[in-house]
Amino acid sequence: MNENLHLWLIPLLPFAGFLLNGLLGRRLPKTIVTSIALLAPLGSLLVVLNASRLGFQADSLPHVETLGDWINTGTLHIDFNVVLDQLSLVMLLIITGVGFLIHIYSVGYMHEEEGYWRYFAYLNLFLFFMTVLVLAGNALLMFVGWEGVGLASYLLIGFWFQKTSAVDAGKKAFVVNRIGDFGFLIGLFLLLANFSTLSFSEIASKIAAEPAMMGGVLTAIALCLLIGATGKSAQLPLYVWLPDAMEGPTPVSALIHAATMVTAGVYMIARTHFIFDRSPFALSVVAIVGAATAVFAATIGLVQTDIKRVLAYSTVSQLGYMFLGCGVAAYSAAIFHLMTHAFFKALLFLAAGSVIHALGGEQDMRKMGGLRKKIPITFWTMTMAVCAISGFPFMSAFFSKDAILAAAFTSGGSLGKVLWFVGVVTAALTAFYMFRLWYLTFFGESRNPDVHPHESPAVMTVPLVILAILSVVGGWIGMERFGAYLAPSVGARTAEAANSQIEIVLTVLAVLAGAVGWYIAHRMYHRRPETADGLVPGTPAGYNLLAHKYYVDEIYGFVIVKPILVLSKYLLEWVVDVAILGGLAWLLGGIATLCGAILQRWQSGNLRSYAAWLALGAAVLLAFVLAPYVFGATGIDMRWAGH
Amino acid sequence: MNSLHLVQNEVPLAWYLVLSAVLFCLGIVGFLIKRNLITMFMSIELMLNAVNLSFVTFAHQWHQVKGQIFVFFVMMVAAAEAAVGLAIIIAVFRARATLAVDRIDLMKL
Repeated sequence: MNENLHLWLIPLLPFAGFLLNGLLGRRLPKTIVTSIALLAPLGSLLVVLNASRLGFQADSLPHVETLGDWINTGTLHIDFNVVLDQLSLVMLLIITGVGFLIHIYSVGYMHEEEGYWRYFAYLNLFLFFMTVLVLAGNALLMFVGWEGVGLASYLLIGFWFQKTSAVDAGKKAFVVNRIGDFGFLIGLFLLLANFSTLSFSEIASKIAAEPAMMGGVLTAIALCLLIGATGKSAQLPLYVWLPDAMEGPTPVSALIHAATMVTAGVYMIARTHFIFDRSPFALSVVAIVGAATAVFAATIGLVQTDIKRVLAYSTVSQLGYMFLGCGVAAYSAAIFHLMTHAFFKALLFLAAGSVIHALGGEQDMRKMGGLRKKIPITFWTMTMAVCAISGFPFMSAFFSKDAILAAAFTSGGSLGKVLWFVGVVTAALTAFYMFRLWYLTFFGESRNPDVHPHESPAVMTVPLVILAILSVVGGWIGMERFGAYLAPSVGARTAEAANSQIEIVLTVLAVLAGAVGWYIAHRMYHRRPETADGLVPGTPAGYNLLAHKYYVDEIYGFVIVKPILVLSKYLLEWVVDVAILGGLAWLLGGIATLCGAILQRWQSGNLRSYAAWLALGAAVLLAFVLAPYVFGATGIDMRWAGH
Repeated sequence: MNSLHLVQNEVPLAWYLVLSAVLFCLGIVGFLIKRNLITMFMSIELMLNAVNLSFVTFAHQWHQVKGQIFVFFVMMVAAAEAAVGLAIIIAVFRARATLAVDRIDLMKL
């Protein structure tokens, strides 16, 4: 029953790909770089598929493979152990599956790039860390993956390092993530201090053994972990890095900043759900953060003109949904939405990439239009994704978003109703901005007659088609079956069995909200495009506020960045660095020079003087040793004897 | 009776040590005041042998063989050192045509 699945191969194959391409890629021909880059994730995918045979034998999960000791000091014992359970299996299938598709797509998208090998090396590195993060059986190993995906993300955002904006965006992502990671680390320390272990299963059993343990330190731990999750998953208040991360290549945005890495926070909360379950306060905070982020980012997304930025804010908003799901303890619904979101958002980004590719790098939607006939495959796949994300009936997000909204509505109290309402409003906003993007891009007349769009090659369109199919059918498994499957990992929510009538009403309302969003977009951007143009010159205050993204970047710049810069400049640079450290260094150097000037006289180069000093030294030593024997009887011994 | 006879006729320990010390000091003085490399080299040999003498003396005094074994080591190392040292001296002489130690105080040839 406990057969060896060689789970360690899942992360290690991409790592080997990273090493090969990273070290030798510059000298290898492109075909070999491509095959290495594709074989690595394919191998991982095959291992995952092989492991998924176990996924349907509930009694053999969780399947733990311990690779050895990592830290073993007295009371602290941390293994290198990888865990396959329902939760990590679902995540692995998403990561390696979608990841593999995006690798294929990248072959076409990045074909002309000079740093082709570097790109794939980084992409493989990302898969390595992401699978480590998901497979980790203890929080410390997860933290390694957590930091690692941050590194890969930084490297890929700044892939075009000649562009200042890309480099700045990479730095911003890294720094903002560090703030979140700090919270995660504090959470780890608190876990260690209170449970003296970091293994998820041990912590879970220790908490389970004490039914009375509620709130208190668990709330503190949960909130610290939440800070980490808001950093990685781009939630309020740490979401600011994700829209800027769009400076990276589009497939990277699809893989890292939409489908996989940014969902790590949701995964982490689901993985540590036993902590959150014991802290109603922390759960409410998660739900409120999620709902607030969802509606906040959706409103910004309404007025963005860069096609990728619309999708970026949409990602932030959808991640907010997942947090909302986690916050009402509907972890399986959150993971369900995570899965469907991975499909349709990866598709949206890849299709947007295909549009950008077709237009020779144009990202401004105001200069697109009329592309429906010219790039039909991209158009149809994008349509599937837009319908899916808008909650069109029987598309994937229809099921998953619905599950989250229903869970919020039935989570009890007026808070649940408010959360549900915010979710529905967000659904309407989502439908509006997605259809706005759709109409602006594909309908009407071309607003830039200079370019001659062309459909992307098959290596790019095939992944699009596969993802489009997944976006449509991804939700058909149904929330009930999915929830039941995940229950051993994340627990089944014990809320009252939802009244089927209420559920139908909620579903209809959510679909209606989406329809309203679509209708407004249709009126403004298709039937009468001039109404949208009419908005811009008038620029009502609300529009201005949204177009400037609520001035959050400016506020952060003024409140946090500027004071730190001033402090660094005047206190740290001039006082600490120049005056104190510089002075100390100068002093030390001066002393050393002075001593050297004195001692160098000894270094005469005259052999006999060396020998004389040697002999003198030996004589002194000898005298010192012999003195007690010679004078011992008279003076010295008597004194030491204490008379 | 036999052993008593031996003891009575034995040269006292101090004599050996004094001889050793005198030889050693001669070696030091020779090393310090002579300018010729070969003479200095011989002075070193003198010092080594002075030490050897004291080793043997103490070995005899304490009836332990360790000191004598040590002497063999010293002689062996001295032989090796002589081989290397003389080779260097020859090389120096070929390069500089002098063995006066004051004249060869530079690292560069």
